[in-house]
Amino acid sequence: MLLSPYATFADRVRIVVLLTWCSLVLAFLFLPIFVPVPLSVNSESFFTYPLKGFSWRWYRDVFGSGEWRDAIWHSVVIAIGVTVLATSLGTLAAVGLSNPRLPARRSIMAVLISPLIVPVIITAVGAYLFYAPIGLANSFIGIIIAQTTIASPFVVVTVGASLANFDRTLMRAAAISGAQPLVAFRRVMLPLILPGVLSGAAFAFVASFDELVIALFLAGPQQRTLPMQMFVGLREHLDPTITAAATLMMSLSILLLIVADRLGRRR
Amino acid sequence: MLLVAPLFVLLLLSFCLPIAELLAHAVYDPTMHDALPRTAAALDTSPGQGVPDDIVFTALGDDLLAAKQNDSLYNLAKDLNNLLPAARSHVLRTARSLSPEKPLTRAELTSVDPFWGESETWFAIRGGVRPFTTSYLLAAIDLQWTPNGSIGQVPADQAIYRTIFARTFAIAAAVTLITLVLGFPLAWLMANLPGPIAARLILLVLLPFWTSILVRTAAWTVLLQRFGILNELLLALHITDHRIDLMYTRAGLIIAMTHIQLPFTLLPIYSVMRTISASQMRAAYSLGARPFFAFRRVYLPQVMPGVMAGCLLTFILCLGYFITPALVGGPADQLIANFISNYINIDLNWQMAAALSFILLALTLGLFATFARMFGVDRMKLV
Repeated sequence: MLLSPYATFADRVRIVVLLTWCSLVLAFLFLPIFVPVPLSVNSESFFTYPLKGFSWRWYRDVFGSGEWRDAIWHSVVIAIGVTVLATSLGTLAAVGLSNPRLPARRSIMAVLISPLIVPVIITAVGAYLFYAPIGLANSFIGIIIAQTTIASPFVVVTVGASLANFDRTLMRAAAISGAQPLVAFRRVMLPLILPGVLSGAAFAFVASFDELVIALFLAGPQQRTLPMQMFVGLREHLDPTITAAATLMMSLSILLLIVADRLGRRR
Repeated sequence: MLLVAPLFVLLLLSFCLPIAELLAHAVYDPTMHDALPRTAAALDTSPGQGVPDDIVFTALGDDLLAAKQNDSLYNLAKDLNNLLPAARSHVLRTARSLSPEKPLTRAELTSVDPFWGESETWFAIRGGVRPFTTSYLLAAIDLQWTPNGSIGQVPADQAIYRTIFARTFAIAAAVTLITLVLGFPLAWLMANLPGPIAARLILLVLLPFWTSILVRTAAWTVLLQRFGILNELLLALHITDHRIDLMYTRAGLIIAMTHIQLPFTLLPIYSVMRTISASQMRAAYSLGARPFFAFRRVYLPQVMPGVMAGCLLTFILCLGYFITPALVGGPADQLIANFISNYINIDLNWQMAAALSFILLALTLGLFATFARMFGVDRMKLV
């Protein structure tokens, strides 16, 4: 496939070099992510191979400690809030944007996508200075709103991509057949763009669940999230509990990637 | 229209407005004006330069006494210290020896502390009580107003920000270049392999993309330890004969950032390469082009938009890096975002944080706008 049927020796050498290079790059990309996995079931508290023995003790530490359990719980609650808010508002906005008659469409799109380009530190500091006086700092609501701003562009983009393949005459057909706009959306449009909506939701969930910078600025001890707990652990007392938590977070990412990939293929 | 409104309004309120307010802090600072209200009013009525007359000194004395009475003296001393290094001890000492009985004249205050008789002091106070100021923005690029009203360099021992911006740019450029060298061949391979194999490879690239930056930084913290896996590997392969310090070094930071950014550079390149038919290169060969010539004249011009998109995305994201430098970098590897965070959390100097944010945001948006004008925003595909 990569070589023509009339490949010369030089062609073959080039392909071998290319394949070697690519394998090394893939190894660099892929292997480091799995480094924490074996260490998380190591019975010793050292970060070196070979492993001394198998043990679940670090997972017991994660699930047994109130701090970690609270952090996981906070992260899940916040991520669900962000997913619901970002997916519903993002889907609505994408549907609105898909209307070619919308005025100033490009400018609106630029505003909706801008949280992806603005450095997160600026979003976080801005939110912190703005939310603190109105009582939204150190609150779940504040974190959910702030993280929704950075999660919603993913929904707008993925749902927008689904809508690009959606035939708008179907909506007119539904209207002619007597469907109210809301019914037409729920019965005609939503089922067709559902893969895009769900994969946007998966993106939004991951964006919130992994988010650290906004949480560092807006969350107090009562809202400490899993990434914050890991950040503190990495900074202050490095122990294998971190590897167990990292493995858990990564498993969730893989799970959601598979879900999003399946949905993407159906699209 | 109505459908877009909810998210649009939410973003305006929770994103655009806070950032606008943050940026306003860079040019609007009423702290000194509020802390020294009488001095500010007195200075308004007696314009000019240098050390002012008795009216202003009386106002300053009253302000210091008032601050002493309502316990805001330490804040006042700290705020003035931001404008004028070492002012804190002068303010505290003067306030301690002032009493309402003595007349608060110029002679009295300068005899308590000659600091108040210096024109630099009054230059700083005059600048500080003006609520609108450009000093913070200038300070963020190591410039300052000089007493004769022109813009000059700050003293070399206080000039740190250009170094930090240069460092941030250098690290971002290094990471961008390395990701391009690593990613370009892989993108080509993925674009030219048969569909099912390419789909598997894409998943391998997307997995790191989906894994949290924090998890990947955690993995690198484990890998880069002095007695960590990477050092063991290097020793075992006899690449080095002693352990290398990688944690808290520039090299370690660039390795970790390269790993995180590689998918961002690679995916836009891949999405452009996928649209280029392999028959074009065959046509070039059959017309007698050597492989390198065909690559340079036929293939490269077509993939350039993807290369630019990927590199720009990585470069822009690198400018804002915070987590990885904080965890993997040493004190000399902290980027601009880390300084912004320190100004907010440790130094409580919002104006300086705002000024640095202002410049970081201007650089980011400027780069993005240049790119968008050159290639069109629609080319920027995330996945």
